[in-house]
Amino acid sequence: MIVAGCDVGSLSAEAVIMRNGSIISSEIIRVRPRPEQSATEVMDKALSEAGLTYQDIEHCVSTGYGRERIPFANGNISEISCHGKGAQWLIPSVRTVIDVGGQDCKVIRIDESGKLVNFVMNDKCAAGTGRFLELMAKVLRVGIEDLGPQALGSEKPVPITNMCSIFAESEVLHHIYEGKDQTDIAAGINHAMAERVQSLVNRVGIKKDICITGGVAKNIGVVRDLEEMLAVSAEKLSVDPQIVGAIGASLFAKEALSNQNR
Amino acid sequence: MIIAGCDFGTLAAKVVLMRDGAIVSSEVSRIRAVPEQVAKDLLDRALSKAGLSSGDVDFSISTGWGRKRVPFANMDISELPCLAKGAQWLIPSVRTVIDVGGQNSRTLSINEAGKVVDYNSNDKCAAGTGRFLELVAEALELRLEDLASLAFQSKNPAKISSQCCVFAESEVITLVNEGQELVDIVAGAHDSIVRRLASIAGMIGIAEDVVMTGGCAKNERLVEGMENHLKVEMKPLAVDPQLVGAIGAALFAEGKLVEG
Repeated sequence: MIVAGCDVGSLSAEAVIMRNGSIISSEIIRVRPRPEQSATEVMDKALSEAGLTYQDIEHCVSTGYGRERIPFANGNISEISCHGKGAQWLIPSVRTVIDVGGQDCKVIRIDESGKLVNFVMNDKCAAGTGRFLELMAKVLRVGIEDLGPQALGSEKPVPITNMCSIFAESEVLHHIYEGKDQTDIAAGINHAMAERVQSLVNRVGIKKDICITGGVAKNIGVVRDLEEMLAVSAEKLSVDPQIVGAIGASLFAKEALSNQNR
Repeated sequence: MIIAGCDFGTLAAKVVLMRDGAIVSSEVSRIRAVPEQVAKDLLDRALSKAGLSSGDVDFSISTGWGRKRVPFANMDISELPCLAKGAQWLIPSVRTVIDVGGQNSRTLSINEAGKVVDYNSNDKCAAGTGRFLELVAEALELRLEDLASLAFQSKNPAKISSQCCVFAESEVITLVNEGQELVDIVAGAHDSIVRRLASIAGMIGIAEDVVMTGGCAKNERLVEGMENHLKVEMKPLAVDPQLVGAIGAALFAEGKLVEG
């Protein structure tokens, strides 16, 4: 039984292909101008990696911001449900999922069965989303993937006080003009990012175990700061944290297929 | 008697030199270095334009976000009184100043004496500031100064729903990808900033006469949008609207000298 999940977000798109309940292929790309293009491109890649074609997929569920525009999907499910589902499948003990994506941040509480209990989401302001880190990395002239490792050497992070990403941008610029240490600025950026996420987490409350998903989970500086602020340690995922939504979607595809065949 | 006013903003710094109550020189520059250096270079440029040297300046006052970092200033004053003072000197009948700068938007109510009696500002979010227009220009690969004339060509402005500048930038790119007309997108961006500005202004009463200041007041489409939205006519300024704060600072400097 081959099923697929496709998560088309605002900045990245992910595809996961599962055979008999295990992942056989997954891909992540930066989004193309249109969701249809992003979905097709990322799924083409995942299929070719697995040596399969679209005909081999028995059921496909799409999720994410572009989920209603995916030509090859048989159905679509909200990203909140998919992240909950994916995280719970990966780590059954998880009750709180913190998903920090490109243009949103969600805190999702789930029960033992992976069902949604409560959630909060920020999709109105770029503070506390991946876009914030992207903008800051650009100002610092470092790759976004370097922000985490670079910050680890800092002993006194530079405080970033502005909530607004645009204001923070000029704040960082001024720190650069002042000749502040790049490592300390990077650490300040990660800390600010973690603070924004923490304030969202506090609105639903935290229940252990927790895991962090989405692209920002790859930034070790943010993860470490957030763990410290919340006084918990996040469970380690065995897969790329960015594909959790697509995994959830493929699990929903599997369920849909089982129901059909019943 | 030569006096100087320096308005050190978040994105741009301005210097105005006055002699006997008239502006003799002014300079505006984007901030791309430490404040002290930017301010000093700016003053030097304004002085050389007027054929003066730094020794000729009798008194200087700084204002704006970076006012504590202007090395040549004898004292500093916060930007609201300076904006009010400058606007009232330029247009004595003015009672409301809508100042839209690089990262600040504020509306000031002022009395006959040019004193601030009420104000409201955005201080947490860049929506409704010059940065928003800059980001839109960057995303569309246009020049900031061309935005207004493009927007005037639109008959059917696009809807931009994100308030956050960062998300609005992505929204603009999505609209381009969906094949919306460029002029409609640009006009939509103007309407979005007008809505935000009007909501800041709406928190305090708008009494006439009204004037718009700050770099964004150079954008005629934005000014017209505000006029239509608030149903008032904006009084035109005889000087670059970006200089009003620096003019106010210079006027305070003049007052200090006269007082002795």
